[in-house]
Amino acid sequence: MSCDEKVDCGRRNLIVATAAAGGVGGLAVAVPFIASMAPSERAKSAGAPVEADISKLEPGQMMIVEWRGKPVWILRRTPEMLASLKKTDDLVSDPHSEKTMQPDYCKNEDRSIKPEYFVVVGICTHLGCSPSEKFKTGAESGVTADWAGGFLCPCHGSTFDLAGRVYKNKPAPDNLVVPPYMYLSDSKILIGEDKKGA
Amino acid sequence: MSAMTNKLQDLLGWVDARFPLTKMYKEHASEYYAPKNFNFWYFFGSLALLVLVNQIVTGIFLTMHFKPDASLNTSGVPVAFASVEYIMRDVPLGWIIRYMHSTGASAFFVVVYLHMFRGLLYGSYRKPRELIWVFGLLIFLCLMAEAFFGYLLPWGQMSFWGAQVIVNLFSAIPFIGPDLSVFIRGDYVVSDATLNRFFAFHVIAIPLVLLGLVVAHLLALHEVGSNNPDGVEIKKHKDANGIPLDGIAFHPYYTVKDIVGVVVFLMVFSIVIFFMPEFGGYFLEYNNFIPADPLKTPSHIAPVWYFTPFYSMLRAVTVNFFWIDAKFWGVVAMGGGVVILGFLPWLDRSPAKSIRYRGPIYKTLLTIWVVAFLILGFLGTKPPSYALFGIIPGDPVAKMFTVYYFVFFITMPWWSKIDKCKPEPDRVT
Repeated sequence: MSCDEKVDCGRRNLIVATAAAGGVGGLAVAVPFIASMAPSERAKSAGAPVEADISKLEPGQMMIVEWRGKPVWILRRTPEMLASLKKTDDLVSDPHSEKTMQPDYCKNEDRSIKPEYFVVVGICTHLGCSPSEKFKTGAESGVTADWAGGFLCPCHGSTFDLAGRVYKNKPAPDNLVVPPYMYLSDSKILIGEDKKGA
Repeated sequence: MSAMTNKLQDLLGWVDARFPLTKMYKEHASEYYAPKNFNFWYFFGSLALLVLVNQIVTGIFLTMHFKPDASLNTSGVPVAFASVEYIMRDVPLGWIIRYMHSTGASAFFVVVYLHMFRGLLYGSYRKPRELIWVFGLLIFLCLMAEAFFGYLLPWGQMSFWGAQVIVNLFSAIPFIGPDLSVFIRGDYVVSDATLNRFFAFHVIAIPLVLLGLVVAHLLALHEVGSNNPDGVEIKKHKDANGIPLDGIAFHPYYTVKDIVGVVVFLMVFSIVIFFMPEFGGYFLEYNNFIPADPLKTPSHIAPVWYFTPFYSMLRAVTVNFFWIDAKFWGVVAMGGGVVILGFLPWLDRSPAKSIRYRGPIYKTLLTIWVVAFLILGFLGTKPPSYALFGIIPGDPVAKMFTVYYFVFFITMPWWSKIDKCKPEPDRVT
């Protein structure tokens, strides 16, 4: 700042320093307001793992359990459904699950621990809608004539195959997220925790 | 009688010596000279003010009964959802207040879109009215925020999933996105915390900003004076008293004209409130009569009609640019579609302001632009697989018109300069 002879430069500097200190104080006042908007301790602690009983699940059937306020799907895949994953390999954008949208133990062909049971968070990676099940194949599904079965997001039309892998050139950037989970027994799954964490 | 008038005169004098009451009345009403050639398009500014008052008054009374609470009541219905049903069924005449508010929201956008289109027609954003236009655009952004926050409050299926999608838009921003969306929600999912803060934004934070911007919009307007359908300055020709020759006092001439507009508007508004408050699912979406279910997205979700043109632009972008996902660019297109309007005063280089004297290039391109905007809006209400007339796939059409929407603005500095304009008249016609 220029300082000519008519002003008392010492006082001018003091005014600037005072204003700066006041400004810093003003900004500091914003801290509690901004901090108060972050998730509360209660919200942070509400993330307990949930148990799911899969004994009554028929082949081709899907159940939904709530985990951390989100739907988690458990789909019992039929052999035909598993076979369809070979067909969709060329159609999906990340066929080998290179991006870390799943725990390491699910980074495989069918993105699961046991191929028969597919566990996935039912939230589209685009903008968070829950895709609808489109398990029927072909034109009957209402998706495309050569549809191999999978999921269709109603919001922006992203499609996923039966391993939650996103089709190419769709708004969703990534495959559906596989949560950490483990088998407590043959008929019980614990979602939200795996052997590493236990 | 005259003693009474004298007393009132004295009182006014007493006030005027302490507060600029008469001065303000003259500046903004009885001696604010507006061009004498205002037409139909000039109704919508005053109507927007009327709807703003409607929203504030009905809103105050709705907050007396509404409860921003996502927890489930003893019958297993979210408290917020149940309180809206309570207003509709049990509060005396509560339904009328609620429908005035919900219809008012749509009416606000009808009126504001027409008001903005008037600006496009007559070049009202051109020098020296750039700031009026910029303040207006900020008002439009506030309105969009207000509508979005308000839409969550009934805690229906569309409320929940609409908020889910829009908040997740922010997670597309590289690096800070995911944390930012958690910060906006106040939770890892749309929840009670989100409902409470959206309520706070909707009833106090945004309305305060909105009112401030409306005052700024009007002060800027009254500083430079109104444009008119001829797009010529009336201040160039003044009489001996310094009053524009083509100007008439806002009050009583335009207050009376605006009352005619108000009467017609209220007729239409009442018909909607009493006979078609849901407006076929466009003003109140049917899925929103189902309580929010975080585990199931309705099979077809679309925003309310006034967001659909921008929503179509969001959906239209499916290509990754550079190393960033298409998702982010969709968000950029959606936001950019609104923000680019703010640059209009500097993009338009045409010698004439009003469409009456502009050349064929502007008339043609603007007509296509309007069609593009309407079709984008229509497609936004439909699922992505929708086909126009059952044969033209909607998705490529939306992509094409999204590109056109932006090209219209970006190339404007060139084509607006070379357009063959007619000479502007010296005075209003």
